[in-house]
Amino acid sequence: MSHEVIAEATVELPALSVSALEFSYGRHPVLKKVSVQVPGGRFVALIGANGAGKTTFFSIVTGLYAAHQGSISVMGHDLRSNTLQALASMGVVFQRSTLDMDLTINQNLHYSAALHGIERREAKRRIAEGLQQHGLSDLGARKVASLSGGQRRRVELARALLHKPSLLLLDEPTVGLDLQSRANFIAHVRSLCSEQGTGVLWATHLMDEVESGDMVFIMDHGDIIAAGELDALLQNHGVDDITELFNSLITKPE
Amino acid sequence: MMTPKYAYRCLRGVIVREGLRFVNQRVRFLSALVRPLVWLFIFAAGFRSVLGVSIIPPYETYILYEEYITPGLLAMILLFNGMQSSLSMVYDREMGSMRVLLISPLPRWYLLLCKLLSGVFVAMLQVYVFLLIAWFWEIYPPVAGYILVFPALVLAGLMVGALGLLLSSLIKQLENFAGVMNFVIFPMFFASSALYPLWKIRDSSVPLYWICQFNPFTHAVELIRFALYGQVQWVSLLIVSTCTLVFLGVAVIGYDPLRGYMSRKNAG
Repeated sequence: MSHEVIAEATVELPALSVSALEFSYGRHPVLKKVSVQVPGGRFVALIGANGAGKTTFFSIVTGLYAAHQGSISVMGHDLRSNTLQALASMGVVFQRSTLDMDLTINQNLHYSAALHGIERREAKRRIAEGLQQHGLSDLGARKVASLSGGQRRRVELARALLHKPSLLLLDEPTVGLDLQSRANFIAHVRSLCSEQGTGVLWATHLMDEVESGDMVFIMDHGDIIAAGELDALLQNHGVDDITELFNSLITKPE
Repeated sequence: MMTPKYAYRCLRGVIVREGLRFVNQRVRFLSALVRPLVWLFIFAAGFRSVLGVSIIPPYETYILYEEYITPGLLAMILLFNGMQSSLSMVYDREMGSMRVLLISPLPRWYLLLCKLLSGVFVAMLQVYVFLLIAWFWEIYPPVAGYILVFPALVLAGLMVGALGLLLSSLIKQLENFAGVMNFVIFPMFFASSALYPLWKIRDSSVPLYWICQFNPFTHAVELIRFALYGQVQWVSLLIVSTCTLVFLGVAVIGYDPLRGYMSRKNAG
């Protein structure tokens, strides 16, 4: 059985619009008619326990897997028919680090800039700017292998933003970070929404990463079981916080 | 949209990355070089008197065994490098850095071609260092041969690289790749004209001779051998070109999320 819940808040051209997405591993359904919208300039949280289907969802939205049913559009570009434009509009921070440990920060970022066709001089300027924004100014020549977990995450974020995407996808980006690094990282991503109008989809299983005013999608066993503004959801379900809401909705293991 | 300028920037970026990784992994460079040098210095010297080579094209006179196996060892460098590059793709895919490449806004076939060319670029460095060392070992092909062999090396490198790419698209985990290396690399290398001329193989075993004839690596070796001596082996050129296109085409399908590795992975 699957539910289909569409978020109430939409704008004319959402940064991401996913409609009735279905996917299975063999006969085992992993995503069941999942619909998610990320308006421009909004922080949207996709919440689910481990194994809920969040990472598979990310793999499909980034074009690594192909959906069996449903549609995905990024800034109005259909991912299937207009793949390159859709991919050009998104920046991604995967759950596991995708940086090249043997290379320096600058080398990693230049590589990514080249993959997005950014001219070398412009890339240099953007990299310097990005490193400064993310508090990494003096570390450009350092090898990634020598960085802390928090620094690596910030490098990944700087890299994801290098081509100025309208949509930022982050799959459990704070896993392995200490409390302070986590708080700083989230604050920084939130500022991107408000200051640069970037639409952010933030997948997490950590409830304290969600704030009042955020749009929330709760995923359980491949289903979106609740969606909407956090405050409205809490009010509608008569609960005080997101953890309580989540626990009241998800399927409990027998 | 992919413009020529964008395509060039991407290609340059991928090659620079591969070059930097190569520089950072000097042990990889040395081990890649030691392998053919061991064959040249030890194996060839030891077998010189046992394995006499008569006058066969492209050679115009009797040659030493070291000279005969040099093109085979050049192809060996390409073969091992192509497979190693593919091995790194399995690793990259498992570790995640391959994702960065695959989510780039360029056609997947082009991204895979860039990856392939970057592997060939690194192999070329190894090949020419090997040729330089071989020169000190008194392997003297015609001077023009050093230039004329370049396109043959690139094409042969693309073929073995595309084969590696194809194999990497079929393999789910790094552990499986080690088995494929044993089942692919060694049979390909030994059942070819890299170490002994085909007429000698035919004298010993006709079925093996035909296996060698159908082995695309044999034609990669012959293409390089003839080019090194300023000649074109047209049959080998045709076979190597065709195999390159076929291997690359199947690899692109293998990396297609709808039809290849991803869909099989999901089905499993």
